[in-house]
Amino acid sequence: MYGLGILKGLGVTIRHFIDTYKNDVFYGFNKGKPAEEFGVRQGTKSEGIYTVQYPDEKVAVPERFRFTPFLVVNDADHPDAPGEDWCTSCGICSKVCPPQCIWIVRGTDPATGRPVPQPEAFFIDIDICMNCGFCAEFCPFDAIKMDHDYEMSNYDRTSVNIHDKERLSKPFSYYRSIAPTTAEEEADARGGWEHTDVIKEKKKAEAAAAKAAAAAAPKPAAVPVAEATADAAPVAEAVTAPAPEASADDEEQKKAERLAKREAALARKKAKGE
Amino acid sequence: MVDYEVQAPPTTGSAQDAAAYLKAKFPGAVSDDTRPGFQGVIVEAGKLTEVAQAIRDELGYNYLSSATAVDYHGAGDHMEMVYHAYRISGGGALNFKVQTDREKPVIPSLVSLYPGADFQEREAYDLYGIHFSGHPNLKRILMWEGFEGHPMRKDWKEAYYEGEAKPFDSRWPSGWVHRAEEKNIYGSNVRYPADFDLSKLADRSDEAVYSSASIGVDYQRMTDPDDIRTDQLVVNMGPHHPSTHGVFRMVLKLDGETITGLEPVMGYLHRNHEKIGERNTYLHNIPFTDRLDYISSMGNNFGYVMAVEQLMALGARYTAPTYRSEVIRVLMAELTRIVNHLWSIGFFLNDIGAFFTPMLYANAEREKILDFFEATAGSRLMCNYMRFGGVFKDLPERIRSTANLMNDKIRDYNTMEFLSDMINERLPRFLEEYDRYLTGNEILLERTVGQGVLSAQDAIAMSCAGPLLRGSGVAYDVRRADPYSIYPELDFDIPVGKQGDLFDRYKVRMDEMHESLRILRQLLPRLEQTKGEDIMVGTKAYSPRIPQGEAYGRVENPKGELGFYVVSWGDAKGTQNPWRYHVRAPSFINLTALGPMSVGQKVADVVAILGSIDIVLGETDR
Amino acid sequence: MSSKELDLRQMHDTEFPLPMEMQGNVAITSLSKIYNWSRRSSMWPMLFGLACCAIEMIGTASSRFDFSRFGMEVMRATPRQSDLMIVSGTVTKKMIVPIVRLYNQMPEPKYVMAMGACASGGGPFKEGYNVVSGIDKYLPVDVYVPGCPPTPQALLYGLIALQKKIDGQSLANLDDVPWYGVGPSEPTPIPILGPDIIDPRQMDLIRRQAELAAAGMPVGVRELPPVIKTVKAIPSKAAKAAVAEVIDEGEAQRREEIMRRRQAVLARKRARDAAKGA
Repeated sequence: MYGLGILKGLGVTIRHFIDTYKNDVFYGFNKGKPAEEFGVRQGTKSEGIYTVQYPDEKVAVPERFRFTPFLVVNDADHPDAPGEDWCTSCGICSKVCPPQCIWIVRGTDPATGRPVPQPEAFFIDIDICMNCGFCAEFCPFDAIKMDHDYEMSNYDRTSVNIHDKERLSKPFSYYRSIAPTTAEEEADARGGWEHTDVIKEKKKAEAAAAKAAAAAAPKPAAVPVAEATADAAPVAEAVTAPAPEASADDEEQKKAERLAKREAALARKKAKGE
Repeated sequence: MVDYEVQAPPTTGSAQDAAAYLKAKFPGAVSDDTRPGFQGVIVEAGKLTEVAQAIRDELGYNYLSSATAVDYHGAGDHMEMVYHAYRISGGGALNFKVQTDREKPVIPSLVSLYPGADFQEREAYDLYGIHFSGHPNLKRILMWEGFEGHPMRKDWKEAYYEGEAKPFDSRWPSGWVHRAEEKNIYGSNVRYPADFDLSKLADRSDEAVYSSASIGVDYQRMTDPDDIRTDQLVVNMGPHHPSTHGVFRMVLKLDGETITGLEPVMGYLHRNHEKIGERNTYLHNIPFTDRLDYISSMGNNFGYVMAVEQLMALGARYTAPTYRSEVIRVLMAELTRIVNHLWSIGFFLNDIGAFFTPMLYANAEREKILDFFEATAGSRLMCNYMRFGGVFKDLPERIRSTANLMNDKIRDYNTMEFLSDMINERLPRFLEEYDRYLTGNEILLERTVGQGVLSAQDAIAMSCAGPLLRGSGVAYDVRRADPYSIYPELDFDIPVGKQGDLFDRYKVRMDEMHESLRILRQLLPRLEQTKGEDIMVGTKAYSPRIPQGEAYGRVENPKGELGFYVVSWGDAKGTQNPWRYHVRAPSFINLTALGPMSVGQKVADVVAILGSIDIVLGETDR
Repeated sequence: MSSKELDLRQMHDTEFPLPMEMQGNVAITSLSKIYNWSRRSSMWPMLFGLACCAIEMIGTASSRFDFSRFGMEVMRATPRQSDLMIVSGTVTKKMIVPIVRLYNQMPEPKYVMAMGACASGGGPFKEGYNVVSGIDKYLPVDVYVPGCPPTPQALLYGLIALQKKIDGQSLANLDDVPWYGVGPSEPTPIPILGPDIIDPRQMDLIRRQAELAAAGMPVGVRELPPVIKTVKAIPSKAAKAAVAEVIDEGEAQRREEIMRRRQAVLARKRARDAAKGA
């Protein structure tokens, strides 16, 4: 019969219409929405059409979601080096960036003029960035990550769309909050929740301590911790000036103290993480 | 065929046999390409037409996949035209090249033998300045007529030119930021020739379009307000038109409602993919390929990494991607096919008058797959997921979101359950419903059956690919004809049409989605079996060195055969930036058939015909 | 903006006190407020997609995100019936000519949104020879939406930002509503496709450069001119307040928080260093 195909098609549209409202009725329109409703109606088992009421409710983005990059810095309540950049200004992100939108000024020590593993300035031109995530993927220090904040509209790009270091820096706890699983995987690969260099130092110190303990078992006091900071960053040259002879012991004691503090913090963090 | 002659042309067999036959038949004019890592034969320019005739008619290489130019500036100082021809029955490529002088490049045109070379030769003329003697309509195709220079030549530099190769030195270690426009005297991305005379300035870009071969209208007369003689009506559609699927433009010549000539005008989204691609490192190009066919970015990634992996295989140390990574790649490619076909069918129906509702239904399903892409690769559209030797990351354990903005609503699904629900239940149910919804619809049938017919011979001759080719009854699918990845071990059929009309193309796409689901169902157990295996081989290098040579990697993308021609040249130790990076874009070459299909049809049909070709402008214009 | 029905309390906009029982039923408001409210609630975008971002724009128009909740359900294919041009994708030199023509054909009041990195500043394709590095080189842009591509939610955020901007305009200030000034406004000059794209507003500069070149003098070495960028008239106080509100919401707080923390950290660090030095 001519027209049967059209009628069948209309039947499908009616079903879509009914399905949508059936669910709305089932979930009681907007009142007293159960928490799991959203997941069900956005998932594979959903029926009908469900519109996300954007500013009132937002689809949370998944962990691997990429928008613009940000720089990881230590938390403000970090016991040892609060607010310190994880970035060592090695420049790999700026080299691997396909549209070349990352600009880094490597830090230099004002006294010696030698490079230090800290960026003096860091810029990302958001008008060029293609959100590809290569910088985060290839950063050997897990210091640059892709942000989840997509609400970035503005009225004048010239003043706000080149993000400087201050705008880019976000604490590590923020990164853990947006990507808990990935952060944990990466921490596992690094060997701890700290920056790679800190972990390396710690391992070295531990090894040295163990050696010293083995060598001088009866003398447990004053554990010598050797060269904690030297050759920390593989890219930039080490910057620690040799400590003056006189205060060497003092210095070592302080280092040991710091180490203990750091370990305590690590333990705290681990406890928090679990 | 009786095999009584010793030198009978091998119509089957490898490209080596074919090359040997050609060398014997044209002594002196055909020679092997002896550069390390290069394949195929070099043909003398004067003999090209005869050799190509033999290749097509005697050797059976009747499908010209790709024709592209390479500028060896500073490396032999010649221009080269590279052709890849295939047999429609399947098998590897016969790669033949023609070399010509850089200053006065002239090469005989192959349009009469392979009509599919039409646009590709025009592109080579536009971007490289190679003249093709005998080409019927040798005009610029991507840039406008009157543009200064041929931009893909190695010595042509654009206004924002910063360096030969990325990474640029200005970014690190003293990268004080500046915008490119601050360095350019005009404050924007323009530069004029030094002897530029404003008084002689005239915008000739439209004149060239209207006086082209298929339109042939006197532009001066057409724009003269005093001249009101009757002529055939010329209608301009696009670049701003809701049914041209982007910024595509067609100029139609009409006799009443009937089309007597059609000239496609493109380049409105020509964003210099290949020029930027030659400056990029190999890795940089992966996210750029996302932006070619931006509806099926996973497929583009796949083609590109395959091409570069072919090059890497020329080197000493190379391990093929792991099995799991191949499974994941195929999973993504097939999901992409479904995403793309949902989109293209939705818009095709939109074009023939089923306004937006079918599109909305299809898009609602598509969003679900995009959610999976977003959770796995990090982005809905621009997936940037494949890497040389594997993929970016393994599938996540759960598709989960964490709330970190105000009002965030979270979701949490098990990835494998989500996939198996989609593949086994939701998508088949949806396709069945969609079939019920529209396939039997009388209006749809009347608008599509018998319209826009393309015969199988024409489709092959015009190098059409994908559903356009298969809709015409040619069962040519790269996944079967020249298998790659794990497709040989998968069980699927190639749907073909019967008469090559709009309905057949619609049906082929619907059936291809069913076949994709069939493939996906076979992949699910493989994913379970390989759980926990490596997804990458070797270490991830941020700037890998690729051995010298050439490679042509092609995949069956949803829109047709997507090929990447990559040349690594210039450094015996291997290069970090490709010398040549060319995209054989199915959308671009499929448009060759638009004109012949549309002539004789009505204006309203040309929109449907364009919709049935399924172009995407990012790929057409690159 | 909200999916709920109109709340008259939001419309109330005077010092005049309303009796408690009438609140929510009656609103006394200014003409500007009504005018802005009606205009921003029926913003019709032009059905006009350029590149990748257009796919996300269609995604936003589809049922899952559905920007018809903001009064934008009718996407008009003709510029004559649209209020908003969403420049969704890479603008090429070849395409800027039709875009400027389309913009000139739109009736005022008209708004331009640069969606995505390419439309804002050239994006990843900025260096390309056929790419215009930002639509604001030719047209005045009201809202920039960063991202490559912006997700549908990011685009919706941009649309809300545009609505807030409109909310801030005042009928009393002709800078805000220049289309009620005297006579029609000047159309944007249409670029010419010469040997490269030619911005007619730059004719003088081009001519001087050509003369220098003809005289055999070095070209393009003088002091660089300021970057051409079309900016809409400065918004009035109210608009500025609305602008500040959008930028401030969350963002300023977050920045302040970061700043505060970093200051504290720095202070502590300095103190520690000083102690160490001592």
